[in-house]
Amino acid sequence: MPTPRVKMPATAAKGEIFEVKTTIDHDMESGQRKDKDGKPIPRKIINKFTVTYNGKQVFWSEWASAVSANPYCSFFLTATESGTVEMQWHDDDGQVYATSQKITVA
Amino acid sequence: MRKTLMAATLAAVAAGLAVQAQADPPFDPKDPKMAPFIAGAKRSGYTFAEPETRAMQDDDFTNPGFLWVEDGKKMWSKAEGKAGKACQDCHGDAEKSMKGVGTVYPRFDPHAGMLLTLEQKINQCRTERMGAAEFKFDSKPYNAIATYVKHQSFGMPIAVQTDGPVAPYFDMGRRLYYERRGMSDIACKHCHEDLAGMHMRTELLSQGMPNGFPQYRLKWQTLGSAQKRIRGCFDEVRAEPYPVDSLENTVLELYATWRANGLRVESPAVRK
Ligand code: HEC
Ligand code: HEC
Repeated sequence: MPTPRVKMPATAAKGEIFEVKTTIDHDMESGQRKDKDGKPIPRKIINKFTVTYNGKQVFWSEWASAVSANPYCSFFLTATESGTVEMQWHDDDGQVYATSQKITVA
Repeated sequence: MRKTLMAATLAAVAAGLAVQAQADPPFDPKDPKMAPFIAGAKRSGYTFAEPETRAMQDDDFTNPGFLWVEDGKKMWSKAEGKAGKACQDCHGDAEKSMKGVGTVYPRFDPHAGMLLTLEQKINQCRTERMGAAEFKFDSKPYNAIATYVKHQSFGMPIAVQTDGPVAPYFDMGRRLYYERRGMSDIACKHCHEDLAGMHMRTELLSQGMPNGFPQYRLKWQTLGSAQKRIRGCFDEVRAEPYPVDSLENTVLELYATWRANGLRVESPAVRK
């Protein structure tokens, strides 16, 4: 089970723009490789990464075969109110890996 | 000029290997930022890496190797095997008990009566003290626990021993390091002593210092051990690699690690 890692501030001033850095350990099997017997290895990647802030979608990104293993993604948000930023990584096989972090906006 | 000449000579000798001069990543030995990566004339592979790769290593967060460090940390306190023990039950806090351990491997192990890599030593604790199965070479847990243990020595100088019971292993390692091999008929020393700083295909040859292992390699898209890297170098010269954990591969790791004595542990390093 991949473990997401997230780095973002625990507090921010209202209106402040803050960076969220994320990574997740995942092989991102591209579907282009073959195994030892020459059989194609099926694609298994995270195809979508979504972020909500207090339930509202604030960031969304579609990923394709060329994205590296253990993908790193960072983005910026504006601190509007205290609450929770939730991130979800959507795997080809239907699994969703999720994590969230709280932020206090003063 | 001398470098170019040497490269031309080697290219002639070693058919099939193209060595040529290209633009290098910036390296200034007087730059204080480089100090942790130099010891006298010795240079970590970090100093040969592109600035982007260095930046990736520098930040614990962008360095993908830390995914393994964190996995290893969880494994440290997880009981496994017939004895129902975790590493922590015998070794306590890894930050204290494992500090410095990563600087002295490969090391002669009185218990086994032979030279062991850090990974082999950990597997010995698993089979003999925990009653658990050995971790398979290059598997996720094999690399994770070794990276976690090695990382406890981060910033400490490598200090492998070469005397006493290690001497015969060390002599064998030196012999293999200087032995020509493969279709290219060249030795470790040609690339990592004579030609360090020169280009081979798209690679800038470093001094071949293993102080950053286990390391994340962008080409592998994953993290791997020194044993794996050394086997890869056999492929570079189109030679049949020695088996994983064989005496030959382990003494080569010992010799290569001794060359890095004095350089600081960077595990998990990031390389191209
Ligand atoms: C044909 C040239 C060549 C030969 C011969 C060769 N290597 Fe390498 N080696 C490379 C290249 C290319 C790399 C990756 C770039 C670099 O660090 O030099 C590398 C990297 C390494 C590294 C990792 C350095 C780092 O900073 O991550 C080690 C350790 C190493 N080699 C050990 C050896 C050993 C031991 C041998 C002999 C068995 C050997 N090499 C033979 C080309 C070679
Ligand atoms: C039942 C107790 C026990 C457990 C559990 C155990 N070890 Fe050990 N380990 C020892 C003892 C005792 C030594 C010292 C004697 C020796 O070197 O064999 C040792 C030595 C080591 C060393 C070498 C230290 C040095 O200074 O060279 C390492 C590394 C190590 N253990 C790692 C681990 C790891 C990682 C785990 C969990 C996967 C683990 N051990 C689980 C008892 C244990």
